[in-house]
Amino acid sequence: MSEHIHKDYTGAKLGMWFFLFTEVLLFGGLFILYAVYLQRYPQEFISAGSQLDVRFGGGNTLVLLTSSLFVAISITALRRGQKTLCQGLLAGTIISAAIFMINKFFEWSAKIDHGIYPGSPHMYEIAPGESIFFSIYYITTGLHGLHVIIGALIIAWTMLKIKNGSVNAEDWVVLENAGLYWHLVDLIWIFIFPLYYLILH
Amino acid sequence: MSEEHEHIVSYKLFALIWGALLILTGVTVWVAQYNLGALNIWVALGIATLKSGLVVAFFMHMKYEQPVFKICLLAALAILAIFIGFTFLDVLYR
Repeated sequence: MSEHIHKDYTGAKLGMWFFLFTEVLLFGGLFILYAVYLQRYPQEFISAGSQLDVRFGGGNTLVLLTSSLFVAISITALRRGQKTLCQGLLAGTIISAAIFMINKFFEWSAKIDHGIYPGSPHMYEIAPGESIFFSIYYITTGLHGLHVIIGALIIAWTMLKIKNGSVNAEDWVVLENAGLYWHLVDLIWIFIFPLYYLILH
Repeated sequence: MSEEHEHIVSYKLFALIWGALLILTGVTVWVAQYNLGALNIWVALGIATLKSGLVVAFFMHMKYEQPVFKICLLAALAILAIFIGFTFLDVLYR
């Protein structure tokens, strides 16, 4: 006797969206910190922001936008029964996440070499507004980077489920929700990039 | 089982959205070269909001979801706006 397994896709997706709203409010708090201190230290924010390398920020923007495209297309591919294409696109997303983190590694390394890191002696010498800018920069991009790593792990886990067939053309909500998480990571970066890297270049 | 309102978005539409996102990224980098004073931050936020709208509507399929999803999204954004707005009422008029 085959049992009917109840699948509530609307509920599953709505639950994921509710989780994403809490993420938006979490990062919203960090953007409020940015906005309040930008209002208090406009000149210091400009001089600190101009020390960030727009090539790292811009390059990572392209990487994340493209990986978001991969994830979006992978859902269409899975539902059209193109399992191999779907797996390839998800592998591309994980590679994108790795490229993003490697960029971040070089970017942070360069900053740390210049003595710019939380609690460094240099941070006490520069203007208070500048050290605040760099502190919020490390917290925001660090928390975002953590989300990139978690997103890549979720996508890897989803790939395993696609491989063993438990996520398939008829039952794809796990991929959909993993994709929603990945797009949120992209969304947050869409705001981080202009606010931190392009502030009056 | 899949529900009937589930919409499959074509590869072509996704590629077009991606192209639009790249163009908007180019625009935001280009505009940032000019000193527009306080306007810079509002242009940057405006373009970022437009890009987010494209990601949410198409990549995240919000355009094709039932009204309950859209209502919840609006409620969450309203809460975020109150969060930001009330903080600034305090910061600016203290």
